[in-house]
Amino acid sequence: MMKYLALFRIRFSNSLQYRAAAAAGMVTQFAWGFMEIFAFRAFYRANPSAFPMEFSQVASYIWIQQAFLAIFMVWFYENEIFEAISNGAIAYELVRPMDLYNRWFAQSVANRMARAILRSLPILLVACLVPPPLRISLPASGLQFALFSLSFFLSLGVVVAYTMIVYVITFFTLSPVGIRIIAAMLADFLAGAILPLPFFPDRARAVAELLPFAAMQNMPLRIYTGHISGVEALGGIGLQVFWFMVLLLLGRLMMKRALQKVVVQGG
Amino acid sequence: MGLYFKFFSMHLKSQMEYKTSFFFTIVGQFTVSFTSLLGVWFLFELFHEVEGFTFPQVLLCFATVLMSFSLAECFGRAFDQFPRMLANGEFDRVLVRPQGVIRQVLMAKIDFTRLGRLTQAVLVFGYALPRSGVLWTWDKVCTLVLMVVCGSLVFFCLFLIYAAISFFTLEGLEFMNILTDGGREFGRYPFSIYGEGILKFLTYVVPLALFQYYPLLYLVGREASLRYMLAPLGGLVFAVPAYALWRLGLRNYVSTGS
Repeated sequence: MMKYLALFRIRFSNSLQYRAAAAAGMVTQFAWGFMEIFAFRAFYRANPSAFPMEFSQVASYIWIQQAFLAIFMVWFYENEIFEAISNGAIAYELVRPMDLYNRWFAQSVANRMARAILRSLPILLVACLVPPPLRISLPASGLQFALFSLSFFLSLGVVVAYTMIVYVITFFTLSPVGIRIIAAMLADFLAGAILPLPFFPDRARAVAELLPFAAMQNMPLRIYTGHISGVEALGGIGLQVFWFMVLLLLGRLMMKRALQKVVVQGG
Repeated sequence: MGLYFKFFSMHLKSQMEYKTSFFFTIVGQFTVSFTSLLGVWFLFELFHEVEGFTFPQVLLCFATVLMSFSLAECFGRAFDQFPRMLANGEFDRVLVRPQGVIRQVLMAKIDFTRLGRLTQAVLVFGYALPRSGVLWTWDKVCTLVLMVVCGSLVFFCLFLIYAAISFFTLEGLEFMNILTDGGREFGRYPFSIYGEGILKFLTYVVPLALFQYYPLLYLVGREASLRYMLAPLGGLVFAVPAYALWRLGLRNYVSTGS
């Protein structure tokens, strides 16, 4: 365990070095968040009664999403891992006395958290200062916030476990740019990255709620906004635990099979 | 120009060598915009119209912006990788050759996988054109062509600006993404829905609305004035500051060395 913590720390402080990039990213995300909210406002004005969430809930949803983009979005892949597999650096990884799955998992979690920590605070601060309809609101109660926090970390686990499966698939395909994009885009869409799940048509929503992707950003964001609360939130968290375990097991199994006949690329 | 076509076919052949990879990347590009199309569709299932625009009318916007963007990106992809070209000294070689600088930079990369998005834009046009309630007389057809052509040029200028800025910073700037990728993503709706301020910005500063919102008003018959039909041409003025910035950067260029 100690060595994974050490790895985590190194990765974490490494990512913290890129402050200029973080500042530029923050500006982009502010603008992005505002534009998203403005678009929803136009639809809200078109027909307030058809709006499936409260407007303030949508504003909070988008701000938390933008603040923690690096936690929630599947498409923040570790390019280093893809490169290690396709250029042969995997050989060095394999001789280290560490479990490869755990190592990559720790690395992904650390990078995502470092990136999110740098960017989230200023974004949240601005989100608290903008005028009311656009402003982020706090969770209804301390309990709701606790449920959100729990769900937040579970969603990080689910996202990383899912990306691990994509990495392992790279062992078999080697040239996976397209597969990578498709895997990320479908997952992010079904997790409510473009449109919160309550905005889906009924049948699409019913299907989406059952998929593992609903255990990604969908759950913590809706718990934060209060769209899901109480017993329902507990059920949702249970579902997250379930999907986390399934993806974890699947990823480990696939990796085991892949490593049995790994071919080291390059010379 | 002959030289450019030579490079064009060269890039096409080299990318076709890896057929599976090429195919998957195209499908991937297709999926990226497909999810935003799904998003628009789902929203219109709930709301039916926004600011008086119907679903097919909004799709005209979506397809115009998508087509412009993917054309600009296919040919201007090299600008995206320009910071790397500066950093590894490759650009110095460009400067000593007796050919136009911009032309050489462009020839370094033509990315045909971006055609995945173009395919989608064509399909969406196919769906939206007959359903938009627009009577496709000659002037309307001309307007649509103007929208796409001028739109590509405006996006192309944005990529040029991105490259020009990297003369000063030596690295890509993430905030330009809000204008390029953001322009594409938020251009799926008429820019008026984001409010007065944003519309003004996108009219007078970065003229994305000139080839999208104003000519759309002409298409759907809300405005009959020729000014709205020819608005996309106004966007071409954007090439002046873009090119000026590029020249300025080029004049200040100090090699990074080897």
